Amino acid sequence: MDRDFGLTEDQREILAAVREFVREKAAPAAPGYEEKHELPRDLFRRLGEMGLAGIPYDERYGGAGQPFLTYLTVLEEVASGFFSLALTLSVHHLSASGLHRFGSDSLKEKYLPRLCSGEWLGAYALSEASSGSDAASLRTRADRSGDGSSYRLTGSKRFITHGGEAEYYLVMARTGGEGPSGISAFVIERGWEGFDFGKLEEKMGWHASPMRELLFEGCQVPAENLVGDEGEGFTIALAGLDSGRLGIAACSTGLAQAAFDAAVAFARERSQFGKPIIEFQGLQFMLADMATQIEAARRLYREVGRLRDAGGDYSQAASMAKLFASDTAMRVTTDAVQVHGGYGYMQEYPVERYMREAKALQIVEGTNQIQRMVIGRRLASS
Amino acid sequence: MNIVVLVKYIPNPEGTPEMGPDHRLKREGVEGALDPGDEHSVEAALQLAGSDGEVTLVTMGPEAAVGALRRGLSMGGHKGVHVLDDSLKGADVLVTARVLAAVVKRQAGFDLVLAGVESTDGYTGTLPMAVAELLDLPNVTFARKVEVADGTLKVERQTEAGYDEVECPLPAVVTVTAGANEPRYPTLKGIMQAKQKPMDTLSVSDLGLSAEDVKATQEVMGLEPVAAKEAGEVIEDPEEAPGRVVEFLTKAKVI
Repeated sequence: MDRDFGLTEDQREILAAVREFVREKAAPAAPGYEEKHELPRDLFRRLGEMGLAGIPYDERYGGAGQPFLTYLTVLEEVASGFFSLALTLSVHHLSASGLHRFGSDSLKEKYLPRLCSGEWLGAYALSEASSGSDAASLRTRADRSGDGSSYRLTGSKRFITHGGEAEYYLVMARTGGEGPSGISAFVIERGWEGFDFGKLEEKMGWHASPMRELLFEGCQVPAENLVGDEGEGFTIALAGLDSGRLGIAACSTGLAQAAFDAAVAFARERSQFGKPIIEFQGLQFMLADMATQIEAARRLYREVGRLRDAGGDYSQAASMAKLFASDTAMRVTTDAVQVHGGYGYMQEYPVERYMREAKALQIVEGTNQIQRMVIGRRLASS
Repeated sequence: MNIVVLVKYIPNPEGTPEMGPDHRLKREGVEGALDPGDEHSVEAALQLAGSDGEVTLVTMGPEAAVGALRRGLSMGGHKGVHVLDDSLKGADVLVTARVLAAVVKRQAGFDLVLAGVESTDGYTGTLPMAVAELLDLPNVTFARKVEVADGTLKVERQTEAGYDEVECPLPAVVTVTAGANEPRYPTLKGIMQAKQKPMDTLSVSDLGLSAEDVKATQEVMGLEPVAAKEAGEVIEDPEEAPGRVVEFLTKAKVI
């Protein structure tokens, strides 16, 4: 089956180059970075050099001006070789997309070229210790100075991917009253006074994707670093999340594919009762279901990517893609461990890592319960 | 600096190539790619050309061979020349060299011709020398480093023991080893721009060659698999081992 059916010649050529890079450089390095709990910054920089850190952004800001679908297919490819590296790309994009769509020209000119080249890494800061799914209840304050020239940020952000590693942070903070309309978005740079990081979070997986708390203690942010208008922050955060959810869907598909490929290879290799275990129908049926689900996830996220590129309303569909693809990744990686039997539970095979990595995909960028809520609310309101 | 790079499109570099009924590699209707060995000569050319030079990629082969040029162009090459002619099917080294030499001659003001050491499919490793001979140019092989200073070519030529420093005037033909550099990956922009770059497709007659010039002088009569190596002898007894090894080496006239 042609996995890339429906892609343009350009997209196929870009994917071929990415595939080569992933096979030769990224995939072999993945276990080492995961073991060291280290962000693969050099590989990210190389993705930037290849023009892959700003695929869908305007060329005037250093982007490549390519369809969002191209970006998604690249993410899938990277995820299939080195999941945490794809996650890095996805979070980087999540942080840049709000600025690209809502930021002033001068703010975009200042930050986007560095983000698109991969010289700078981005982080996206919405979640707090007590506001996860209920993001609009966030408590980090941004108080405008008397002369209006700056804001003073106080509070903290929790579970922030690239916290401490990124140079650029898109931070949502409260400038007004309670609820979503009191939230604004800011670009904040690492190193600014009053901006610090908590300890490295110890996670179940995603070890090469460091996560830290962000601590703001009276951090002065110039007023020109406000993205969009005051009170627009929640809209910016959610718009980013719609794109981010498609990114997670693509990452999920890539991860599921990696687990599936490992399962098939193992099932061909492993013999029991005098024949390769892949010849047993019970196992074939498992693999057939895995293959079918992966293909469905791929078709779904790509089709929603096309909808986004065509300018359609894709919010509900993005939730569907994220929900389906991440549940698929969880199922497929779990089954891949099962196919490996006892070996699957051992760290000498990669599938136990894939299974741990899949779990978080059902949680980030909106839990899968939140995705169902987004889909369901639309059904109730239309 | 204007550099011509001779590149080859080879079938399925990752897997086992298929042979056709004519005892030749199946080149059409199979997946293929720019010969990985050639990526090093393209990289060397791009580095030497710098921002004001020009890199011309030249290949001979079926329709699909344009893929090798496209790849080189997406890495940063400036233009491509594809010699496409049915009469070249089954061309041997000499015929291929005649064709490539004829193309190089057409590149006005070229300073240097680069090629891989040998192709990953045919492995003859003789083509670049034949091209140099036909062009009456000096030829330096196995370059692990290529520099040009004051119009003189300086090459570190890889040898078994180390390397030789070789100097020669330009233009010249140089073969580049895989140790010379790490080839760049095509960038997204490079891939998009490659399609807009000039690409010439030439036939044998465009090159002013006759049917006689491109008539292969070699014919492949048959194919035999290489005999499998016999398993070595393992001596497990540590008492017996030294004597047996000495005996073996003496018999082989090594000692």
